[in-house]
Amino acid sequence: MVLLKQLPDLVEELEPSPDGTDIDREFIKFILNEFDDQALEEALVTKESSGAEVIVVALDEPEVDQVLYTALAKGADRAVKLTGVPAGTWVPTHLRAAILAPFVRELAPDLVLTGVQSAEDLDGQLASLLGGYLDLPHAAVVVGLEVKDSIARVVQELGSGRSVEEQITLPAVLGIQAASQAPRYAPISKIRQAMQAGGLEELEAPAPVDSADIAIAQVRIRRLYAPEKSTHAEMLTGDPGEVATRIAEILRSKGLVKA
Amino acid sequence: MGEENVMSDDILVIAEHDGSNVVDVTFEMLSAARELAKDSGGKVLAAMAGGAALAGSLGAFDRVYLIDDPAVSNYSPEAFEKAFTHVVRDVDPGLVLTSTSTMGLDLAGGLSVAWPAPLVSYVVGLGREGDDVVATSQIYGGKLLAEVVVDSPHAICALIAGSFSGQPSPEAGSPDVETVSLEGIGPSRTSALAVHEPDSGGVDITAADILVSVGRGIGSKENLEIIEELAEALGAPLAASRPVTDQGWLSKPHQVGKSGKKVKPRAYLAFGISGAPEHLEGMRDSELIIACNTDPDAPIFDVAHYGTTVDLFDLVPELTECIQA
Repeated sequence: MVLLKQLPDLVEELEPSPDGTDIDREFIKFILNEFDDQALEEALVTKESSGAEVIVVALDEPEVDQVLYTALAKGADRAVKLTGVPAGTWVPTHLRAAILAPFVRELAPDLVLTGVQSAEDLDGQLASLLGGYLDLPHAAVVVGLEVKDSIARVVQELGSGRSVEEQITLPAVLGIQAASQAPRYAPISKIRQAMQAGGLEELEAPAPVDSADIAIAQVRIRRLYAPEKSTHAEMLTGDPGEVATRIAEILRSKGLVKA
Repeated sequence: MGEENVMSDDILVIAEHDGSNVVDVTFEMLSAARELAKDSGGKVLAAMAGGAALAGSLGAFDRVYLIDDPAVSNYSPEAFEKAFTHVVRDVDPGLVLTSTSTMGLDLAGGLSVAWPAPLVSYVVGLGREGDDVVATSQIYGGKLLAEVVVDSPHAICALIAGSFSGQPSPEAGSPDVETVSLEGIGPSRTSALAVHEPDSGGVDITAADILVSVGRGIGSKENLEIIEELAEALGAPLAASRPVTDQGWLSKPHQVGKSGKKVKPRAYLAFGISGAPEHLEGMRDSELIIACNTDPDAPIFDVAHYGTTVDLFDLVPELTECIQA
């Protein structure tokens, strides 16, 4: 099972909403969290090597149908959209995990994959929280995965080039940093085919697990603001030739150009 | 607010080590905790799993809870989470500080559910207002800051490394160490097999005077050719941000940032790198930073000395020519 999440496209200008406690979500573009795309790829690779069935699951979020159909076009077997969830606002990760936990428990997949983090995980990351609610082993920053029988061999990056290899008895929840190959591309024609075939299952989201209420209620965003830029680069302008000349001069003045 | 909602003044820092050294972020958390505890008079405590020989370098903490058990002799997310949850429940601090490292990401959510306590991640600023913890978090890739109020007797904050100052203090005396046993913790479904140390793969980007670094903006592996030509003209190794190594366009030893290498060359040339916090963590101390990105609001320009929004595909061939001239 792969859990997918939509995120505001960070290339766009993000403005705080009028009350300053969320971003203005009305006119921005949403895209799939890039790490979730890695998680999907790793699931598809695992399917190819071990014959697993891949189910993609997302909450009903802006432009999510496209993402789920793309996953079907890439080779996912089932796509589920959970409806009746908060719409048009930031969904705390505790709430997301609390909604997904009963659903995961009911379907009881061997392995749950999701992106290691998202840019709006203000209250924590999904893999660890979901692992907590379900009392399942979990691991973040996963860059290697091999599944055999009911055992996963997992490689986690520890930072500064170190990594750890471990063995986890399934079921488990993994936060994927990078799949073993670059995420595949689904041609538009295949996505269209998937859309025409339908096959997107819409299910009512289960009631969140109770204990989530406590933690969600206690984290309150008081203010959202753009960071004050204490320093900023001196911008070099002009045509590419002029800018290149200026950069070469700067490097020469530091004695960094050998010739 | 009821009596039960008053937070204890004690702060517990989850210390990190790599087997041979205590990791710097531990001391950053220490100084953030000291600042917070200054007025309240709370104690600043540390919990560390494994690394018994390193406990001596934690003398600046008021007390160290050392989990010394075969279960934590190698990193295992499950054993570490159980061990730290055990210590946290036992010590019952008001606030737990961890980081957004792999260990921190593994621990924070599970601890938040098990303790239970609210969690704030990506923290770059910390303060207290009365009984409330006020944390400032960097979200949306550093584009926005969120000021978060936590009104709870317990809280967990996961700090971004490099956001707080703090150095090891070798003059600090020997710490008050309490060894914690893990009896009754139960079996683990996760077992560590091996820890792999960095593989430099022939490239050492940490020793170079000048680095030519490339990010997502390069678009494809084939496009790397123009960057390679520039790097060759400058006699510089190629470096990269995470998306480039994740895509397999360059191998892991080229990666700069939190999960890659920390570099400090005399000049760092960044092409098509937007400057996610994890990348900036690995290169912001370079002597000279020149950045090229078509987005004028890219965070990389906040740490760069010189910047340009000229398209890298137009700029790089021209620059190679200028260097070769």
